[in-house]
Amino acid sequence: MANVEDYVARIEETCGEEKNLIVTFKYDKKDEAIRRILKKAKTENAISNIIFELTFGNASFRLYASGKAIFRNLKDKNELNIVLSGLLQ
Amino acid sequence: MFDPAVIREDFPILKRIVNDHPLIYFDNAATSQKPKQVIKAITDYYEKHNANVHRAVHTLSQEASELYENAHEEVAKFVNAKSMEEIVFVRGTTEALNLVAYAWGLRNLKRGDEVLVTLMEHHSNIVPWESLSRINGFNVKYAELNKDGTLNYEAFEKMISKKTKIVCFSHVSNVTGVVNDVKRLVKVAHEHGALTLVDGAQSVPHLPVDVKELGVDFLAFSGHKMLAPMGIGVLYGKKELLEGMEPFHGGGEMIRNVSFDPVAKRCSITWNVLPWKFEAGTPNVSGGIGLAEAVRYLNGIGMENVEKHEQMLTEYAMRCMQECQDVSVYGPKDASLKCGIIPFDVRGLSSHDVALTLDNFGIMVRSGFHCAQPLHQMLNLKSSARVSFYIYNTKEEIDRLIDVLKEIEQF
Repeated sequence: MANVEDYVARIEETCGEEKNLIVTFKYDKKDEAIRRILKKAKTENAISNIIFELTFGNASFRLYASGKAIFRNLKDKNELNIVLSGLLQ
Repeated sequence: MFDPAVIREDFPILKRIVNDHPLIYFDNAATSQKPKQVIKAITDYYEKHNANVHRAVHTLSQEASELYENAHEEVAKFVNAKSMEEIVFVRGTTEALNLVAYAWGLRNLKRGDEVLVTLMEHHSNIVPWESLSRINGFNVKYAELNKDGTLNYEAFEKMISKKTKIVCFSHVSNVTGVVNDVKRLVKVAHEHGALTLVDGAQSVPHLPVDVKELGVDFLAFSGHKMLAPMGIGVLYGKKELLEGMEPFHGGGEMIRNVSFDPVAKRCSITWNVLPWKFEAGTPNVSGGIGLAEAVRYLNGIGMENVEKHEQMLTEYAMRCMQECQDVSVYGPKDASLKCGIIPFDVRGLSSHDVALTLDNFGIMVRSGFHCAQPLHQMLNLKSSARVSFYIYNTKEEIDRLIDVLKEIEQF
């Protein structure tokens, strides 16, 4: 299992009715994180290789070349950690 | 002559490249960027004058005290207060609003009284009153809005009665940018014997504000939204009201005398004069000095010019955004009712998706409730994205925003 903490700088719950989770990857690890995620997740849509609409198991999320991702409809941070761990392996 | 290109030269941060794109900063309603003049004033203070203010006799303390007191004077002139006694430095708008709630409300509101606020308020003008009402048992009433987010003045005026002791409202909404008619609301409140507390966080940085002309009893605003550092803000209060209030916090600086009575075995305390009575503890001296420099900077431009520039940007941005097929702009469609703030969404995307996508292109906008959940409920929004302008923003930056929004629409 990958160590999520090696890649993730911060996780924040969004403000608003939709309780999504935003992941910011560590600046010096973001390119590696993006590479690993794109290898594992299914790409549903992409714009100019900078924004990716992805799915992984039951998780759907959007990944940005800036090193951020927004995960939708996950129960909590624990579930997110499991997903991230699988993605970053 | 107002020239944003010249102004931009004063803001080092605007030269940054973010995510491989030149930075476009459209999150000014959250906080503004700082010009080098303000940064230098703070650095100068720490390099040359740093000392604790008041009561020390040494030279540095005298210098720091003078700078800090002058900062109060500068701010007093900026909002046309009678004197610096009416200008209390606090951490920001939130603390200023809490100060009024607790230093005035705690002792003056009782069961049966009413506090009238509007549904467009930032949480900082709702939560202190709701919290205090749980202690004192008064009622908090909410004035409703029209469908476009503007205040329903008739409904508001009907809600004011003899029971209303204070009316609390934003000068400018931090979500829709709607500018309220402060004079009209103050007049009605005073006719009913109620005080007025105005949240000026989104107005004082952006348009000329004259407390005498508006007639407000209290006005709260933040330094960091008007080019000054974070952690400094202002409560303006009419002198006679501030004099009649008990202090908010107790400690050093805010007392004149604390003497122990050996018979009663208690301390008797007399408060310091205004405004120090409300500035307990070591104050944010560098913040105050930074705020004074920010005020000088804004005065150099002229607040009428600031307002005009932002009005032009708002009109232009609204017109361009309305041309985007999948972009919905919330709030009134008439830009003349607004002040530099535009909430919007892109069909099929959450506000956070919009903000993250724009961030990818170096464009900083805010997403979420913007600390105004009741207003979002009222507008039937799960959240919103928000662009907000300031003196250094340009039409070219808006063009870039529109280009990216059109790209997002294809997603």
